[in-house]
Amino acid sequence: MKQLFYWQAINEALEEEMKRDPNVFVMGEDVAIYGGAYGVTRGLMEKFGEERVRDTAISEAAIAGAGLGAAVTGMRPVIEIMYIDFISIALDQIYNQMAKIRYMFGGKTKVPIVVRTQGGPGRTLGAHHSQSLESWLVHVPGLKVVMPATPYDAKGLLKSAIREDNPVIFIEHKMLYGTKGEIPEEEYTLPIGKASIKREGSDVTIIAYSMALLKALKAAEQLQKGGINCEVIDPLTLLPLDIATIMESVKKTHKVVIVHEACKTGGTGAEIGMQIIENGFDYLDAPIKRVCGADVPMPKAPNLEKLAVPQVEDIIKVTKELCE
Amino acid sequence: MEKTELDKKTAVFYLKQMMQIRQFEDKIMDLLGQNIAEGGSHLYAGQEAIAVGAMASINPDDYIVSTHRGHGHCIAKGGKLPELMAEILGKKTGCCKGKGGSLHLADVSTGNLGANGVVGGGFGLATGAGLTIKIKKTNQVVLCFFGDGATNQGLFHECLNMAAKWVLPVVYICENNLYGMSVSVKRASALEDLTKKASPYGIPTDTVDGMDVLAVRDGVTKFVKHSREGKGPSMIVCQSYRYYGHSRSDPRVYRTKEEEKFWHDRDAILTFGRKMVEQKILTQQEVDNLDKEVQKELDDATKYAIESPLPEPSALYEDLYV
Repeated sequence: MKQLFYWQAINEALEEEMKRDPNVFVMGEDVAIYGGAYGVTRGLMEKFGEERVRDTAISEAAIAGAGLGAAVTGMRPVIEIMYIDFISIALDQIYNQMAKIRYMFGGKTKVPIVVRTQGGPGRTLGAHHSQSLESWLVHVPGLKVVMPATPYDAKGLLKSAIREDNPVIFIEHKMLYGTKGEIPEEEYTLPIGKASIKREGSDVTIIAYSMALLKALKAAEQLQKGGINCEVIDPLTLLPLDIATIMESVKKTHKVVIVHEACKTGGTGAEIGMQIIENGFDYLDAPIKRVCGADVPMPKAPNLEKLAVPQVEDIIKVTKELCE
Repeated sequence: MEKTELDKKTAVFYLKQMMQIRQFEDKIMDLLGQNIAEGGSHLYAGQEAIAVGAMASINPDDYIVSTHRGHGHCIAKGGKLPELMAEILGKKTGCCKGKGGSLHLADVSTGNLGANGVVGGGFGLATGAGLTIKIKKTNQVVLCFFGDGATNQGLFHECLNMAAKWVLPVVYICENNLYGMSVSVKRASALEDLTKKASPYGIPTDTVDGMDVLAVRDGVTKFVKHSREGKGPSMIVCQSYRYYGHSRSDPRVYRTKEEEKFWHDRDAILTFGRKMVEQKILTQQEVDNLDKEVQKELDDATKYAIESPLPEPSALYEDLYV
C-alpha cells in the first residue's frame, strides 16, 4: 500500500486509463500547461501531449458539447468543469443532450464520457465557487452521478467511470484534494452504483458522502465514546443509488441520519430518506433526520461559511437527540 | 441559360430526394390535420435544396448534425422513409424506436447525429465529432446544419471559436429561412448578413442560393475540400424559406402573402425540374413519372407507419443506459 493525496489518486487513475486506452483524452479549462485549477491533471500534458490533454477556451457549454460529440463518435473524453458552480453554463449540453441522446435515439448510440468537476465550501470563496449541486444532476435520468470522498474510492471509481459507456458526472471536493489515503500498488477498479460501509455499528445509520463523510466519521468516533455505536455508509454513487445496502443497515439500526453539505431543500437527503421510507418504513423507530447545508447562497465570511454547512458537532447533536 | 454539367442519373437522384422530402412533409401536414400524427412537427418544405445539395458533397461515412427542423436531413443522409415516418408517429418500428419523434429524428447508422429539440443544441455534437476526426486522423468531415435563429445562441460562438482554434473539419451550414419561429432575422439579429457572425473567427464564409440544389452542392463541396485538406472549419449561409408555418398552430401573421409568393416562385423542385427539361437532361414525362414514383413510396411509407404498433410498455425503461 502507498499513501496518496486525493488529487494524486485521481491523477493516477487518469494516467493509467490514458495509457490503457488511446481513445481516452482530457479536455477543459487550464488542464494542460497549468495542470488543473486544483492540480489534478498536472504532468499529464507532459506525458501524453497536447493532443490528448487539451486546454480549452473558457467555454463550458462547448467543452461539454464537444465532449459529447467526441464520445458518440468513438472517443472516451474526460472533460473538466473547473467548478461545479459553472456547470449551469453547460447544463443544456449535459441534461438535454448527453443524458438523453441514447434514449432518444432508441439505444443506437453510446455516450462514454466523464464530466469531472469539484464543488463544496471550505475556502471562503463565496457563492459562485462553493456550491454543492449534485441534486440537480441526480434529477436527470440517463446520467450517473459519483461523489467519492477517499483517495481509494476516487481512484477506483474514476477508472470505472472512464470505462463506462454511459455519461458519468464525477464530483470531487476542493477540501478533499489535500487529504491522504491508502492506495494499493496493484491496479483495481470499484463498481459504480455500490455503496460502501465505512464504519460498522448497530445503534444508528449515518449516511454521508464527499466532505460530509469525513465529518460523519469523526462524529461517529466521538459518539462511540458516549456509547452510541454508529454505522456510517457512503453511497459513493448518488445515481443510481444503492438502496439495498442502505436498507440492510436500516434493518439493523432502525434509525437514520443523512448528512450532506448541499442545501437541505430538494437535496439528495430528501431522495435518500424517501427511498428508505418507501422500502421499509416499518423498520424505522424514529423519524429520519437530516443534517444539511443551510438554504442560502454560500456567504464569504468564514464564520458564516462554517455555519452554512454541517459540522461535526451538528452531526453529534442530531444523532444524540435521535438516539436518546 | 448556362448549361449544367450533370448526368441524368445524378439529376434524377437530386430531384427524387427533393421530391421525397417535400412529399414527406406534405404528408405529415396531412396526417397532423387528420390527427393521425399527434403533437407537433417542424416541416422542412421549401428548404429541400439545402439538405440534398449539401449531402451530395460528402461521403456516406461523413457525419451530419441536423437542426430544429430536421426531417429533410434525415432523408437526404440516407434514412429510410418508412422508418422515418414511423418515428414521426412514435411507432416501435421508427428509426429511434418511437422514443425520438420529429424533434429528435436521428439515424446514427447513417452518420446522422440527430435533429435537436433545442435550437442550436447540436453545435457541440458537430464540433466534438470534428475533434474525433482530427484526433483519429480519419479524413472525414462533419456538416453542421442550423437555422438563422441558432446564430444568436452562445454555443454557436463558443463552438466556432473552438473549431477555428483547433482547425476542426466542420462545415457549419446556416439555413437562413428568415424567421426563428415568428421573429425575423431583421428583428432578432444585429447583423443581417449572417456570414459576418462567423468571420470574426477567421474562417472562410460564403452565401449561396438555398433554393438552388447545385449552388448549395458546389458551395458546400468547396468547403468540404477545405476541411479535408486539413484547413479547418468554414461557414456557408444558404438563403431559403420555409413554406409552412413554424409548426402546425402557426397562422403566419408575421409575414406577407407577397413574400410567400416570391419564394414559392423560386421553388427548388420546380426550378430544378424545369432546368433539367430545358437542358434536355430529363423529359417532362420523366419528371412527372418521378413525382408519381415518390408519391407511391410515401403512400407505402405512411401505410407502414400507421399500421406499425406502438412500443411495448416495457420499452419505457429500455435504452436509457448501456
